[in-house]
Amino acid sequence: MEMKDVFFYLIAAYILGTGFMAVNTRKIFRAAIWLLFSLIGIAALYFWLNQEFLAAVQISVYVGGIVVLIIFSVFLTQKAGNKIPKTSIQKTLFSALATLFGFALTTYILWHHTFGSNQIQVLDASIEQIGTQLLNPGKDGFLLPFEAVSMLLLAALVGCIVIAMKVKKEETA
Amino acid sequence: MMQVGLNHMLLLSTCLFFLGMYGFFTRRNLITILMSLELMLNSVNINFVAFNTYLYPQNLDGVFFSIFIITIAAAEAAVAIAIIINLFRSHQSIDVDDAGEMKY
Repeated sequence: MEMKDVFFYLIAAYILGTGFMAVNTRKIFRAAIWLLFSLIGIAALYFWLNQEFLAAVQISVYVGGIVVLIIFSVFLTQKAGNKIPKTSIQKTLFSALATLFGFALTTYILWHHTFGSNQIQVLDASIEQIGTQLLNPGKDGFLLPFEAVSMLLLAALVGCIVIAMKVKKEETA
Repeated sequence: MMQVGLNHMLLLSTCLFFLGMYGFFTRRNLITILMSLELMLNSVNINFVAFNTYLYPQNLDGVFFSIFIITIAAAEAAVAIAIIINLFRSHQSIDVDDAGEMKY
């Protein structure tokens, strides 16, 4: 077994372990921190796949943006040190059964399916290549989705402000 | 020992997806449900990148899909948190069982 493969198994164990803690711990702030570790592990996996740009995006958007937003909302809505009430055993059991069944089915299909080539190949994912293709209106370009996403981000920004805005009582009355 | 191939990647993302699904089923708090959702979205991203790297290395479509998914996930998290804060303001709780007015 090569060194690279050992690293893959380490990263995978790290992602799954921290992810498991994130869905199972009963303190909500700790769940957010475990989720942060899990997302960092996924960034490490992108580095392992030689996708440096995607790893950078993962760290800056997920770790730096979404998790910070989640921690903010935890602070705004929860009392410190509060534990999440325990879910009933019946609910836990049925959720675990449903999940395990889905997992078994997917793994079974995966096991009996062979894909064409199974070797990691050289992929030109340099930032230069990604930038050229992202802003290219031609055949392989992604300019239209890029613009659509920019409109969506603007709409989300305005929508968030409208939803979270405090309505003054004097104006409505 | 087998070399790490596409199947290993897919198995990892399957595990992560169903971990997120388990959290989605068992949690009752809106913020933790959102966290489980992020785990599921990330497993899908791993799938896209793995298929791109192992099967179609001549183009970058999977990478672009992942980038767009990450962008939309950021927008979705922001809107969800705005809704959660608004719900907390009106109900003093973000438990999904406490917000059942429109259920029936």
